[in-house]
Amino acid sequence: MTIETFLFYFLGAISVGSALMMVTRRSPVIAALYLILNFFALGGLYLSLHAQFIAFIQILVYAGAIMVLFLFVIMLLNLGDEKKLQEKISYKKIIGAGLSFGVLMELIYVLGFSRATMPPSQFEKATEIGTVENIGMQLFTKFLFPFEVTSILLLAAIVGAVILAKKKLR
Amino acid sequence: MDLQSYLLLSATTFIIGVVGVISRRNAIIVFMSIELMLNSVNLTLVAFSAFMGDVTGQMIVFFSMTVAAAEAAVGLAIIISMFRNKQTVNLDDLNILKW
Repeated sequence: MTIETFLFYFLGAISVGSALMMVTRRSPVIAALYLILNFFALGGLYLSLHAQFIAFIQILVYAGAIMVLFLFVIMLLNLGDEKKLQEKISYKKIIGAGLSFGVLMELIYVLGFSRATMPPSQFEKATEIGTVENIGMQLFTKFLFPFEVTSILLLAAIVGAVILAKKKLR
Repeated sequence: MDLQSYLLLSATTFIIGVVGVISRRNAIIVFMSIELMLNSVNLTLVAFSAFMGDVTGQMIVFFSMTVAAAEAAVGLAIIISMFRNKQTVNLDDLNILKW
């Protein structure tokens, strides 16, 4: 078993396990902490795919900034645990969960038989494309316009968040 | 490891996120499940990018993270103003737009 295979199974198990724990916890704070664990595992998976820059940004932005914002809001609202995970099991939720499980089975079926149709693997080239140098090069040449549009999006988000969270609209 | 393994892992976490959105009633946990779904799609994009030797997938992940940051800021502001008006984050109690 190579180190790569071991890392995939190890980080994949952490990722799926923490996702399951996140969905089933009653307390929002504990759910948020499990989500942070999931983000760290995903960052490790990105590293094993040789996407160094994305892995770094994942830890910095997701596990750092976004989840701190979530924890801050949970603690600001002072939410307690939910009384019960489920007040009543409604048929809608059973149908919904069953359908999602069906979609998962369908995806597994399709992916299991898609090996022949996949493009040939270029994995040996992956060490070069994920570096900060290459990402920055692409970002400021080929993807310059989306990059600039992103700044407008962030500005809109700042204004929207301030207006929504303000005490009184006038 | 091959591409299929990463796609299967991503599909599994995505479905866990879907089940979270469908079955939970706490607005913040529903919101966190949406973040989980966004992240599983990011894993798909990075896996395709690595196995096809193309940087475009990683650029899309970069932009989707920006969108997720903006979405988290606005979404949490909505949850705060919702809590201020109704004193609850239970989605079943928020039904003024339902018919």
